[in-house]
Amino acid sequence: MEAVLLIDFGSTYTKVTAVDQSSSQLLGTAAAYTTVETDVGDGLSTALAELKRQTGKIEYQKRLACSSAAGGLRMVAIGLVPELTAKAAKLASLGAGAKVIGNYSYQLNEDDVEEIDALKPDIVLLTGGIDGGNSESILHNAKMLSGCSADFPVVVAGNRSCARQAAKLLGNKTSYLVENVMPELNRLNVLPAQQKIRELFLERIVRAKGLSREAELVDGILMPTPAAVMAAMELLAGGCPGHSGIGELIAADLGGATTDIYSIASGDPRKDTTVYKGLPEPYAKRTVEGDIGMRYSVLGIPEAAGGYRRVAELAEMPEEKARELTAYLAAHTDALPTTGELERIDFALAALAVETAVARHCGTMEQVFTLTGTALAQTGKDLTEVERLVMTGGAVIHAKRVADIAAHALYSTKQPESLRPLKAEILVDKEYILAAMGLLAGHHPASALNVMKKELVSHGFAQQKN
Amino acid sequence: MDQKKIVIGVIGADVHAVGNKILYHAFTQAGFHVINLGVMVSQEEYISAAIEADADAIVVSSLYGHGELDCRGMREKCDESGLKGILLYVGGNIVVGKQPFEDVEKRFKAMGFDRVFGPGTPPETTIDALKEDLGVAE
Ligand code: B12
Repeated sequence: MEAVLLIDFGSTYTKVTAVDQSSSQLLGTAAAYTTVETDVGDGLSTALAELKRQTGKIEYQKRLACSSAAGGLRMVAIGLVPELTAKAAKLASLGAGAKVIGNYSYQLNEDDVEEIDALKPDIVLLTGGIDGGNSESILHNAKMLSGCSADFPVVVAGNRSCARQAAKLLGNKTSYLVENVMPELNRLNVLPAQQKIRELFLERIVRAKGLSREAELVDGILMPTPAAVMAAMELLAGGCPGHSGIGELIAADLGGATTDIYSIASGDPRKDTTVYKGLPEPYAKRTVEGDIGMRYSVLGIPEAAGGYRRVAELAEMPEEKARELTAYLAAHTDALPTTGELERIDFALAALAVETAVARHCGTMEQVFTLTGTALAQTGKDLTEVERLVMTGGAVIHAKRVADIAAHALYSTKQPESLRPLKAEILVDKEYILAAMGLLAGHHPASALNVMKKELVSHGFAQQKN
Repeated sequence: MDQKKIVIGVIGADVHAVGNKILYHAFTQAGFHVINLGVMVSQEEYISAAIEADADAIVVSSLYGHGELDCRGMREKCDESGLKGILLYVGGNIVVGKQPFEDVEKRFKAMGFDRVFGPGTPPETTIDALKEDLGVAE
């Protein structure tokens, strides 16, 4: 046996997963509640004790961890034009597993600087201008950032012609120069910036978040939790040498505060006659919906998904009741669906959260009317032919009708412009192991892949009914 | 020498793609850094691209006859977006049918285009004009 311990320091739970990598066996999982008051270290000891009860005493050969504790990796992303470099900066940050707490475009003013100071980001990603393009904006913004009193490192990933000058203008802020996130118009290049963000997370952020003591217990807190989930999904889709993956996929992580969607798929136009508009998106793309979550942000779901009428319809209860129960969940963030009513409202909210978040993640197709007929213009990723949908997150693990929830992520004739999968096999992460497998992927990819193939439970093929 | 940057594309709902590709190659050969937005380009897309690229000129093509409608307000939007004074060209088959070119030219110039080209203008003419307006030595 070659046992590996995988730890996810979360904001509310510390989760531990034990795997025998030589036989690709999941040995056990456990979790312990951690609050702001309790120490993360306490959560870890409790979780490890529980794991030991299941597995007996194990000598671990490796201990790897990821973390979203202490607010996760909080980033500010700055670009020039909102739909170009500012969007590229945001996509790069999200893909690196960060929480984007501010996304700025054009020239920062004094108010923005104050706001950034108040936000106290862990890292700022500064971009703007294609290579050889606009330099005015990034230089201005570097100068403005130098006036921030908050202490944060700046990753400069903009116009290479003036990158050094920008670094100089950043004054006493520590800065790191990497390749432009958009070296040519409409060409994304997010990996160099993401690589640097990950290094900074390892070197500085773990320490800054007071996790150094935990870091000593393990062989490293390697990445933010969402980056681990992303790594797991890339491995599951693409496989590794000698082992094939399951192909292009979408994953939905339904959390209490946010709903995260991942897609590992090209999403290119399927017909030559379709014209692609705007910034091409990354093959591995992550979006975070901060206004949609099953508890802390539950009130955002009806707001985003078309009102309480839809919630009531799906929950099969009067609108007044739906409103009342949703408010109850917002006030009781630790509530579990213990009654039939709560189960139905949770179902309705989860279905609408998935529907909204996946619709925002996927691209759209627009019919453009011309004199003699129509032409098709696509923006964002076309995911209609992606046939696998991985469901994870607390709400999913506790829910009964996961396949019905997942069906809401799919293509609907009510929103024909939204390029969501037409039909998909639903795979449920019922042991909650995706982040752990993303960590394991860095050392034992074949083992991580095999564990996922075994442990993700198929709930059959789903298709939206209307 | 600093390469001059120009943004090109076919405006509106226009899908005529062939001329655009020819212009891309011709302008690139002539030594320009060309940012090609392809077909079906909105005014906002030209402007956003020109901002990120810090472009020296925007060359608009229109072939399907709706050029006049599609181009309206473009100069004002450029001014508003901080691209004051950027060189604006338009060409192709910019209006429907056969209209006296002098009238057409006058209308597009009134809209703020610096140069307006009639049907069948060869790329060389545009290149010469760009070099002259941008002060590129032969
Ligand atoms: C092929 C074609 C199509 C194809 C396009 C396929 C594609 N994806 O490219 C299809 C069938 C889709 C099509 C559709 C339509 N077309 Co059509 N099409 C043509 C055709 C036959 C050839 C175009 C072509 O590729 N020419 C070759 C290239 C190299 O030349 P070019 O495009 O003109 O570009 C050169 C110059 O114009 C110039 N130029 C271009 N831009 C600029 C800019 C500047 C600043 C300068 C200086 C010069 C310049 O340089 C280019 C390179 O040399 C022309 C007729 C013709 N012979 O031109 C009609 C033509 C352009 N189409 C026309 C029309 C009306 C349409 C439709 C509206 C309806 C229809 N009748 O089918 C639709 C519109 C669809 C849409 N939404 O855009 C008309 C336009 C009439 C007008 N403006 O008054 C034309 C002229 C035919 C005609 N005589 O009626 N079309």
